[in-house]
Amino acid sequence: MRHLLTAADLSKDDALLILDTAEEMARLTDRAVKKLPTLRGRTVVNLFFEDSTRTRTSFELAAKRLSADVINFAAKGSSVSKGETLKDTALTLEAMGADAVVVRHAESGAPHRLATAGWIGAAVINAGDGTHEHPTQALLDAFTLRRHLTNGRGDLTGQRVVIAGDVLHSRVARSNVLLLRTLGADVVLVAPPTLLPVGVDGWGVEVAYALEPVLPKADAVMMLRVQRERMNASFFPSAREYARRYGLDVARTRLLPEHAIVMHPGPMNRGMEITADVADSPRSVIVEQVANGVLVRMAVLYLLLGGATPAVGGPLVSSTSSAAETVS
Amino acid sequence: MSVAWLLRGGRLLGGDPTDLLLRDGLVAATGADATRDAPSGTRSLDVDGLVVLPGLVDLHTHLREPGREDAETIETGTQAAALGGFTAVHAMANTDPVADTAGVVEQVYRLGREAGWCDVAPVGAVSVGLAGTQLAELGAMADSAARVRVFSDDGHCVADPVLMRRALEYVRAFDGVIAQHAQEPRLTEGAQMHESPLAGRLGLRGWPAVAEEAIVARDVLLAEHVGSRLHVCHVSTAGTVEILRWAKARRVDVTAEVTPHHLLLTEELAATYDPRYKVNPPLRTADDVAALRAALADGTIDCVATDHAPHAAEDKDCEWGAAAFGMTGLETAVSVVQAAMVDTGLLDWAGVAERLSAAPARIGRLTDHGHRVVAGAPAHLTLVDPAARRVVDPSSGASRSRNSPFTGATLPGQVVATFLRGHARVLDAALCEPEPQPVRA
Repeated sequence: MRHLLTAADLSKDDALLILDTAEEMARLTDRAVKKLPTLRGRTVVNLFFEDSTRTRTSFELAAKRLSADVINFAAKGSSVSKGETLKDTALTLEAMGADAVVVRHAESGAPHRLATAGWIGAAVINAGDGTHEHPTQALLDAFTLRRHLTNGRGDLTGQRVVIAGDVLHSRVARSNVLLLRTLGADVVLVAPPTLLPVGVDGWGVEVAYALEPVLPKADAVMMLRVQRERMNASFFPSAREYARRYGLDVARTRLLPEHAIVMHPGPMNRGMEITADVADSPRSVIVEQVANGVLVRMAVLYLLLGGATPAVGGPLVSSTSSAAETVS
Repeated sequence: MSVAWLLRGGRLLGGDPTDLLLRDGLVAATGADATRDAPSGTRSLDVDGLVVLPGLVDLHTHLREPGREDAETIETGTQAAALGGFTAVHAMANTDPVADTAGVVEQVYRLGREAGWCDVAPVGAVSVGLAGTQLAELGAMADSAARVRVFSDDGHCVADPVLMRRALEYVRAFDGVIAQHAQEPRLTEGAQMHESPLAGRLGLRGWPAVAEEAIVARDVLLAEHVGSRLHVCHVSTAGTVEILRWAKARRVDVTAEVTPHHLLLTEELAATYDPRYKVNPPLRTADDVAALRAALADGTIDCVATDHAPHAAEDKDCEWGAAAFGMTGLETAVSVVQAAMVDTGLLDWAGVAERLSAAPARIGRLTDHGHRVVAGAPAHLTLVDPAARRVVDPSSGASRSRNSPFTGATLPGQVVATFLRGHARVLDAALCEPEPQPVRA
């Protein structure tokens, strides 16, 4: 695997290798000195055409824990809005000697284009593209599910995961459906019919228009963020109606089995798709998802860049080598 | 007067070999008469094995001049047309400035004549600035030296039903036609590709078939109601074909075109996220392609029109969402039609002549084009080698732009020669010397 553009690129073995490697990373960084020398001398560029402090920070931390040099290339505005074009940005990064480019872009397929247009030779990692995919989010979600449901081992066969909310515009949902099915889980999508994509019946998932019937058999429920701009586009009548019909509140949470967990990719609209009580409840693993994100991204960077020194068992180095700088 | 040409052994409309004499801008004689009547100094050309067609007519070409001469000029666009076998092209109105006045359409017409590669029939905008609110001066464009008969806001749909009705009615005064770009604007806001399960997976906003069909259905009803002539641009869906079939059965005065790319390519190409495959209307499904081919074969769709849409490199060498819609098409049209229609047995070469010459000339009211190749007809001819195979390479073509979806593909057929008023514009699949054509006052 040279790039990570879509969760569809991952075979079951690939996915399990990443998740198992992430578990190794967890053991190795669970010490006073969290740093590994694996990617010393390699350059990872965070190329973010959209603001996303949490994803960017997560990738930055992951790369730094592997001793890579990290450059945050905040490319404000895409070629649509008269900024530098994706191509020229790519050529610039190539000239700087980037080994991996972590890209977030508002246009679906921009990472795919970056990887295949012949502009750069670096490994490309999709950190979220338009309404297409966000594969490392799916990996961190699978990692979190495994830890809670299968003792951090093996696949997710027989586990039932409910994903609820704006599936139509959600890159998180697309990547999760692909990866969870690869790992053997049963996926149920819950949304108003206006927020389900054309062809969802071919995704190999169950579809429901209400949470109540599906929660009692769920092992996990993942709530998707509903963007504010959807509210004035007739996808649903009002924010209040959406919250009443599709929000995860305490009463609906009581329908879940005892062991089931509540997830959210963040950032949350408290009071919209999830109530504060539920978000802060013991069965919420939302904060843990963030921590797991760093581990999974370490594993992806390590496996894609094929670190010269072994990821596991190598000597630890002190935390002085890499520095992040921002290129505007 | 110009040199006379004796074309020996060409297969007229794919039939038996015959000779043709071109003299004084006309087909002077055919068969045995051709050799007998050839004056001294006649140039003789052995065209054994080539299919002879009447000069092709494109109802839908974007020449980009004035305004985007970096993407195409009237000179380069008509060179590409000549290489593709066209002797007349209709130049769409979405230039900058928009072709919505007599001044602009006359300029486009004259530049075409001065270049002399093929005739340029300017299309006039339906509405001022293509804005869809106020009728452009359609009568002034019709009365101008450009003699505009086709009016279109192509690139935009005439979405306002009242404006569409008035336009349909108004152009009856000078036998004009409204060529509608059928795209319901609200149903296609931000649309990037065909709305389908694939679009759902790729995260690209869909352009649903219903957005085309709803407008075509409305427009054929309007055309019937007011008794006017309607032309539907670049039909792309099986549903539109059904509506056209229904309308024609009711004797509604409607014609329609299909592009070469919609006859051959399908939406799966969008999965590459390569903007060469981004076009409006979008590439659709294999079922749509099959329906379009059948409709072109049975005449429900009257003609093939290229929708040649050249774009500067930077408008395609980018991410899908930022890229411009459109594909070049003039230089590959005959090959694509051969692959999709002739080699599949759906259309013979006589059918190609009807769909790419006679029908578009009739719809555009180009009295000088689309004639049968008989003694006395204007000497607009296209010679095709159907046995040729070629790898498409836009960098070797005449178009200033390279956004062909067929780059690198092997296609059948090659336009070997094109004659305009008896002047060779293309010989041995290469351009001849420029030869300006007479300008109407």
